[in-house]
Order: sequence, then structure tokens, then C-alpha cells
Amino acid sequence: MAFSGRRMLAELRVYARGNVRSREGFFFTLIFPIILILLFGAIFSGGGVSQTTVYVQNHDSGPVAAAFIAALNSTSSNCSASTGLCLRPVSADQNFSQYLSSKSVSDGIVIPQGFTTAYTMNQRINVTLFGNPASTTSAIVSGITRSVVNAFNLHGNPGVLGVVSRTAVSSSYKYIDFLVPGLIGFAALTSPMFALVNISSTYRRDKIFKLLSLTPLTKTEWLLSKIIWYIGTTVVSFILMSVVGVYAFGAHINVTWGIAMFLVIGPFFFVSLGMLVGSISNSPESAAVVGNLVTFPMMFLSGTFFPVSSMPMYLQGVAHILPLYYMIDGLNNVMIYGNYGPALFDVGLLVVLSVVVFFLAVRFFRWRED
Amino acid sequence: MPAIEVAGLKKNYGQLRAVDGISFSVEKGEVFSLLGPNGAGKTTTIEILEGLRQLDGGTTKVLDMDPWKKGYDLHKRIGVIPQGFKFLDYPTPKEAIAYYGALFDKHVDPEEMLRRVILEDAANIWFQHLSGGQKQKLGMALSLVNDPEVIFLDEPTTGLDPQARRAVWEVIRKLKTEGRTVMLTTHYLEEAEELADRVAIMNHGKIVAMGTAEEIETRYGSGARMIVRANEDLLKFLKESTKLQAEWDGRGSVSIHLRDRDDALVALGAIHESGVEWGDLTVRRDSLEDVFLRLVGEEGKVEKGSE
Repeated sequence: MAFSGRRMLAELRVYARGNVRSREGFFFTLIFPIILILLFGAIFSGGGVSQTTVYVQNHDSGPVAAAFIAALNSTSSNCSASTGLCLRPVSADQNFSQYLSSKSVSDGIVIPQGFTTAYTMNQRINVTLFGNPASTTSAIVSGITRSVVNAFNLHGNPGVLGVVSRTAVSSSYKYIDFLVPGLIGFAALTSPMFALVNISSTYRRDKIFKLLSLTPLTKTEWLLSKIIWYIGTTVVSFILMSVVGVYAFGAHINVTWGIAMFLVIGPFFFVSLGMLVGSISNSPESAAVVGNLVTFPMMFLSGTFFPVSSMPMYLQGVAHILPLYYMIDGLNNVMIYGNYGPALFDVGLLVVLSVVVFFLAVRFFRWRED
Repeated sequence: MPAIEVAGLKKNYGQLRAVDGISFSVEKGEVFSLLGPNGAGKTTTIEILEGLRQLDGGTTKVLDMDPWKKGYDLHKRIGVIPQGFKFLDYPTPKEAIAYYGALFDKHVDPEEMLRRVILEDAANIWFQHLSGGQKQKLGMALSLVNDPEVIFLDEPTTGLDPQARRAVWEVIRKLKTEGRTVMLTTHYLEEAEELADRVAIMNHGKIVAMGTAEEIETRYGSGARMIVRANEDLLKFLKESTKLQAEWDGRGSVSIHLRDRDDALVALGAIHESGVEWGDLTVRRDSLEDVFLRLVGEEGKVEKGSE
């Protein structure tokens, strides 16, 4: 059963032709993603989105700095709550602005060395506030920090503490910037998942798998041809989304080769997953139900329509177990932040998952005895 | 070496014995038909021979290969049209044949292939828009792409109109003249009679009769019958004065069973003696249909064909 590129391409050609000729295929591949981006872009464009996490770097070991952080903590909810701010300590030896951009966030507070001494000696000293002036969360962080500073000034000498604002490097992202990669992920998820779950039941019903099993075509060749097709449709959606996002809504995205990794690995994973779901279900009805159970959480919770960082903490936890999260997070990293380190982690994780799911799909997908 | 050898084949679906220990063999170049009502086990048998299902007992050999274990190699040498052949919605027959050619790595001329199955008129119509007969003919064309030695046809004409059935038969006859072995399942008696060299009648997973149509008629038929148009008085007379078995059909005919030539003479004499008004006398042998109905039973709901 040697692999044959000729057979795979013959299968690809037939499948591609069918998709081009069928109205549903055309609609879901080309029209639907554009409708989505126009719809969500129009509803939410202009709204800024920022991180809710605040990173705090304390260079001072004295009690006043500790009290200052405690005060900040008391004004905001803790990190497990669904609302409010979350303080995250950053070790004093980090370069703070680099650290923020590596985390793709803009909100942070730095307490300088000698903070306690200066406060007790009544010498003026400033905390540095990193933020994005256009972002609503930065405004909240700024407000809270200033109110804590004012409280400390009332207790001590008025004016002894000040605030210096700095604009963080990773700044001024708009909703549309997140929507473009989110919807590319959406397209990479939904077209192959729905198509493959549907194929696995209709082909079984119409005995087309039986027919194919009577030819030299192998399951691996068959599945690879589907993967190639959906990589193609994902690239097309990427181009359409980017063009509409940039020209209709003024999205800022970096077009780099790093994007290609995700346009390949995303469909690879979801085609395999769709086939696996379809194969392990024993009836078309259960295939559709299992398919929806797998697809729908990813469709909404992986950062497709809204950045994961704007979701409540417990949902962020859920997002981290969804494979699509890593595709969209990776696309965000390369298209928005230009953070290749985290993107490579995302891609690596998806490669491992894809290989596992691909082999499971080929293993469980039986096209002989039903 | 026969093309197909089956010995003691068994297949169960849970409690149901779908195939219950059948044996037969098909010679090279022969057209062999499995005839039986729906649910007799024909499709299960043929799918096991195609390597699509695993058997539960017995042995099967197709072209001297175990169909389940050597399926991948066997499939290059056999052609199959499953029951109710369906294909992808969008390829045209021409494209579908080219696709199969690529899968089998064979150089086929789609036009020539379509001519062979008399489908050249529909070469460029999407599969979903083809008629039932055209779809079936495409199935035949696809099964021929790899130039197979053995062809399995599972109810190739079910649901087709008489004209389309004739066309499919034409193609099957051509396959035989090309020297290919054909295994055909059908529930149309006429089809088995028309096409098959030998027939096996299957019922409830068992073969109940096997041979040429003539052999089956002779062996399992009750001989011949004389049918004469007359009223019930003739039946009464026959019962009183002869040992012949006879029935009244309730409409105006008496049917007399004839075991041999003497019975025929006795019957004629009795009819003359009875003095009853009679006419339209015919003598005919039991047909495959009569045998089939007797073996399978009226509940078998066999279809006589639409012609």
C-alpha cells in the first residue's frame, strides 16, 4: 500500500471540483467568512480591547512599597474573580518594558528602588505607570494607581508620591486587529469540521467509502487530499479577511511568513479531528452531535470573535484546553505582536496534536465493514 | 481453478444467521446468479467475496485469494457495483472515469468506456442529475476501469425501468463474451433466467437449489401440468374416476399435475369420458418461477419483473 501522489491528487481534484460546484461549499468557504467579518467589524469597530492583567515590578524591599502593593491589591479583585484587575509580580531583574511586550500586554506599574526611604524622608518619588492611553483598562489601572498614590499622600507629606506615565510598546490594538486572526481561526475550524463530520456520515450512508475501499486509494491519501483542500480554503479566507479587515476597518496586521505555519497546521489538525469524530461515532446523528460538542466551544471560546484576554478568568482557563486557542493565539502573536517565541510554542503544540489526531483518525476511520 | 470458491460460508448479525453455511464455486468465464428474496443473504455473501465484510465461518477464495486478508491486491483484479450504486454528486461520468483511471493507474479513454456501457449521451452531466439507469451504467463503467477478471453485480437492475434493464443486460452479456466471470445477485427471476449460466436459489441464508435453470426446473419442479378450460364438474369427475391430482383455479380452468406421459393420456381420456364442455387445452412444464415459489414460499415476495 505504497503512498501515491497521483491518487491523492486525483482525489483532491474530484473533491475540489465538487466543492466549487456545490453552492454550500462556495458559500461557506468564500461568502460566509466575509459576512462574519463585515458583521462583527461593523458592530464592534472602534472599541478598544486591552488586557486586564497588571504587571507590577517592585524594586524596593521596604515596608512602604509592600504597603503600596497591598493597597493596590485591596482596590481590585483577585485574579480568580471574573472582573477587576489582577496584579502579577515581575521580578526586579527583568527589563520591564521588554517583559510587557513579550507578554503582549500594555498595563504595568513599576515601584522604584528607594521608594520606602524617599517616602519616610519626605523626598518626592514617582511610581511609573505603563499603559496604553487609548485603552479602557489602562485608564482604569491609571485611576486606581492614582487613588492609591493620593491616599498615601494624605497619610504622609502631600505631594511626596508622584506618577509618571509611560506608553507601553505593545499598544493601541483595536478590536478589528484581533477579529482578523480570530475569524481566520474560525474558518480553519468550521469548514473542515462540519465538512468532514458530514462526509463521514453521508459517505457511509451512500456506501462511497465502500466504493473507495475497492480502489487502490488509501485512507492516508484520502485524508491528506482533504487536508490540502482545506489548507487552500484557509489561505483564501486569510486573504479575504485580511483585505476586508485592512481596507474596510483599518486593521493593523503584520503579513509575515509566520502566518503560513498556522494556515497549514490549523486545517491539518481540524480535518483530522473532524474525521476522527465522524469515525468514532456509529451513527450520522451521533456524529453530528459529537461534532457540535467539539466544535461549538471552540467556535466561541478560543478568541474567534473576542480576544480571550477580555473573557472572565474561568473561561480563559477553558480556552487554554481548546486547540483552536493555540492557533488563534499563534496568529495573534505573529500578526499583531510579532512575538515569534510564543508563536513557535503554539505551532509546536499544534504539530504534536495534529500528528496524534491524524494517526488516530486513519486508525479508527474504517471504510470496509460498517 | 475456479474463479470463486465458497465452502461452508457463515455470517451472523447478532442472533440473525444471515448466511448459514453455503457452498458453491463459479468457473472462470461463467455468469453465476444468486437468486432470492430480500433478506436471503445475497448481499452479505457478495460483500464477503468482495472483501468488504469479514466472514464468521467457512472459507472463501476469489482468484485464489482470501478476500478479507488480500483485499487490497484482490481489488485491483475485480470490479464491483454495490447495490443501489451511488457516487459523489458532482463529477460527470467522464470525470468519474478519469478519476478511477488515475486511482487504478490505468490509461482509460473515458469516451470509449462510456460507449461500452451505452452512456455516451450523458458524458457531461453531473452525477446527481443522471437517471437511475444512467447511474447504474456509470457504476458498470467504473467497475470496468481496471479491466477486472471477476465482476460482482449486486442487484444491478433493481428500480430501473424495462428499457434501462434491457440496456444493463446488454452490457452484462458483453462482459460474458469478453470472457469475464460475472457474479450477479438479483430478485428478478427473469434476469437470472436471461443472463445466468447457473443459478443458486437462496433463502434464509441457505442455498435451497443450484444448477442451470433447466436443471432446477427438472429437479425441483413437479413435472408438467395440463390446463384445460372447463367447469368444476370436470374436477369432480377426475377425482372420482382417476388418481390424478388436479385443482380448480376458481375462474374457469382445471389444472392437472402430470408426473409422466401416461398421466397425460389418462387425463385426456378422462376429459373425453367426462362429457364436460371443455376447450383451450395447454400443457406446460414448471417454470423457474413455479419452482422458486415452491422453494421460497409465497411469503418470499419475489418480484416477477416489470415486463
